Amino acid sequence: MIPLAHYIGLSAMLFAIGAAGVLVRRNALIVFMSVELMLNASHLGLVAFSRFREALDGQVLVFFGMTVAAAEVAVGLAIIIAVFRSRKTVNIDELRSLNG
Amino acid sequence: MSAQIAFYVLALGALVSALGVVLVRNPITSALNLVVSLCFVAGLYALLEAHFVAAVQVTVYAGAIMVLFTFVIMLLDLGTVPARTGPPEGIPKATIMGALGAAFVGLVIHAVRGDIRVPTTAGMAPERVAELGGNSRLVGELLFGPYLLPFEVAGVLLLVALVGTVVMAKRDSVAKSTASRRNS
Repeated sequence: MIPLAHYIGLSAMLFAIGAAGVLVRRNALIVFMSVELMLNASHLGLVAFSRFREALDGQVLVFFGMTVAAAEVAVGLAIIIAVFRSRKTVNIDELRSLNG
Repeated sequence: MSAQIAFYVLALGALVSALGVVLVRNPITSALNLVVSLCFVAGLYALLEAHFVAAVQVTVYAGAIMVLFTFVIMLLDLGTVPARTGPPEGIPKATIMGALGAAFVGLVIHAVRGDIRVPTTAGMAPERVAELGGNSRLVGELLFGPYLLPFEVAGVLLLVALVGTVVMAKRDSVAKSTASRRNS
């Protein structure tokens, strides 16, 4: 039996990689994919705790999380497409009009 | 023992392909790395006896969502966006992020070192789950039992997202057609 700490450590590593991607990369699509990576890492933590608590509610929560992720990806990609149409770029360094 | 080998292989695969998502230049390669990473994590879910979630991860996440991603990447044709030239000013930022990430991981591992004790009051051990008809059946009974209202709300959320996506993706062409109507 693999200890719970291993799963939590792996989840933290995946989350850190995703967070680094969000903050370092400039392509909006890759930033978005890194957000998915972070979400996935948190799901892994939830499933691991659900297994070790011997309760299935965590897996139901992950299912809802995936539903919300699907909705979020659809809307987010539509926003990126709309931005690309009006600005001809998805580089987040060039999308600064809300920056004051 | 075999479970341990499986865990370390899956964990290593998930980490390497997650690094691939962040480090690779080409967005398509990045997306394919993410698919691989999600599949490895699905394997970890299966290892955790969460069979239903593992299946949903592969079909919905690695399947549907990533197809949407690759579709949009190819639609926007980002291969034509030139790579940045000149001295990479992002290096200090990347170093800071790496240090912060390592610190975060270190803190988490320090916090969970040793053996974590979690209460097992629900009593759904894998043997009991198998006895009651399997993981998918029990998760389904939870979804359509105590979690029925959230389940229906999730359906409404998906509908809202669907309508919102169509409106947002069409807004440009609608604006253009009204503008051309005004001009003519």
